[in-house]
Amino acid sequence: MNKAAAKSSTLVLDEERIQRTLSRIAHEILEYHKGTDNLAFIGIRTRGVFLSDRLAEEIEDLEKVRIPTGVLDITLYRDDLSLLSDFPVMKKTEIPYDVTGKKIILVDDVLYTGRTVRAAIDEILDLGRPLAIQLAVLIDRGHRELPFRADFIGKNLPTSLNEQVEVRLKECDPEEGVWIVKKGV
Amino acid sequence: MTKDLLGLEETSEKEIRFFLDSTETFKEVLSRPIKKVPTLRGKTIVTLFYEPSTRTRMSFELAGKRMGADVSNIAVSGSSIEKGESLKDTIRTIEAMGTDLIIIRHGKAGAPHLAAKTTNACVINAGDGAHEHPTQGLLDLFTIQEKKGKIAGLHVLIVGDIAHSRVARSDIWGLTKMGAKVTVCGPPTLIPVEIAKMGVSVSYDLNSVLSSADVIYVLRLQLERQKKGLFPSIQEYIQYYAITKERLAQAKTDALIMHPGPMNIGLEITEEVAASIHSAIQEQVFNGVAIRMAVLNYLLGGKEHEVDS
Repeated sequence: MNKAAAKSSTLVLDEERIQRTLSRIAHEILEYHKGTDNLAFIGIRTRGVFLSDRLAEEIEDLEKVRIPTGVLDITLYRDDLSLLSDFPVMKKTEIPYDVTGKKIILVDDVLYTGRTVRAAIDEILDLGRPLAIQLAVLIDRGHRELPFRADFIGKNLPTSLNEQVEVRLKECDPEEGVWIVKKGV
Repeated sequence: MTKDLLGLEETSEKEIRFFLDSTETFKEVLSRPIKKVPTLRGKTIVTLFYEPSTRTRMSFELAGKRMGADVSNIAVSGSSIEKGESLKDTIRTIEAMGTDLIIIRHGKAGAPHLAAKTTNACVINAGDGAHEHPTQGLLDLFTIQEKKGKIAGLHVLIVGDIAHSRVARSDIWGLTKMGAKVTVCGPPTLIPVEIAKMGVSVSYDLNSVLSSADVIYVLRLQLERQKKGLFPSIQEYIQYYAITKERLAQAKTDALIMHPGPMNIGLEITEEVAASIHSAIQEQVFNGVAIRMAVLNYLLGGKEHEVDS
């Protein structure tokens, strides 16, 4: 099947709007928490990591305080593993601070079914006892299968189930932007 | 991919590399206060050991439990095997109880292969006669790579009882596939002539090969497996082949000392050498749990998650 013919994609956020959106989320986080005390970021691999780094930079520009960031790999906690690849790249969870007592802001690119968030929260609770966990996402596309909501949302993007949301970031992709892609029938 | 891990002879370089890379993920899990992930929840693992073992059996058990699997251990004494049950029947019985993976150690080479053909469950060879012990081979490769930063191009010297050693065979398969140069050294009666066909150099004179080795892998003298008369006396073995402080002084200053355990201290290796800064023996044991988690994850776990979040 010709993939290009079967798909059509629409740009919903370009690079500039992604950066403005992250800047707004950074302000919202500071406003909600009245500062940076005990705050810490955890980005979910892969794109959540880059987004959490950018949020930390935004906040550093505003407050002159660097909020610690960590990386979460939830592969070992997922409930929807299937047999797509024989040799998946296995990566590590790398959180260079103690989560106990921290107000953790979990960062991911897209909130969809909520299963990634479930896995991420389970893993964080295995690492310690945070004071609180909040969720920040660039895109909330709806269709939750578990009762989660995000505390900080870049953009609500109503989608149908035969659409796919693609977030591409310059740290790991050739171009940056958010697209809605219609899956071929 | 195959459903079993029976030996490093039939494991590809790509698979070996995958095991070594994913072991880092599990070392991170083992460094946590709660050393447990739910990856293999609901899976059942049985260890079936026809020979004694401390570290291998325990490290498989911990690896399974730390990934959330249920692990049962069958020791031959006290089981129906003592009543004369055949290996095939034992395997079928274990499978009938809903087992997903069987870890087997047996005195006869090829027993795990027979077990693998008998059952749909995954089978891991935890040592079969003098044939192979693939997870020991993998943990040795991992430890070398971790300590030396690479495997390709290193000179690894395996010293001692090559003839009776399944560890030596798995290490030789793994090391040569990963591009290391391997020399085996020991008394002629403990080195099978055929070993050269595995792509290794053979030496009977330890002093002549010691100085060029990056890794000195000391094997346990398997006295319980030996027929009498393979070497004149233990004293003579020590004189020619034991790794002592004096011999270590002839080796490279950054030479790594390894041993699969259990050690005969004062026989093939001295206490001083085993406890020296050259020794990676404790790391081998520590890495054993992580590498076995990687193998269990590969055989039992999901392989890739879906694109959507």
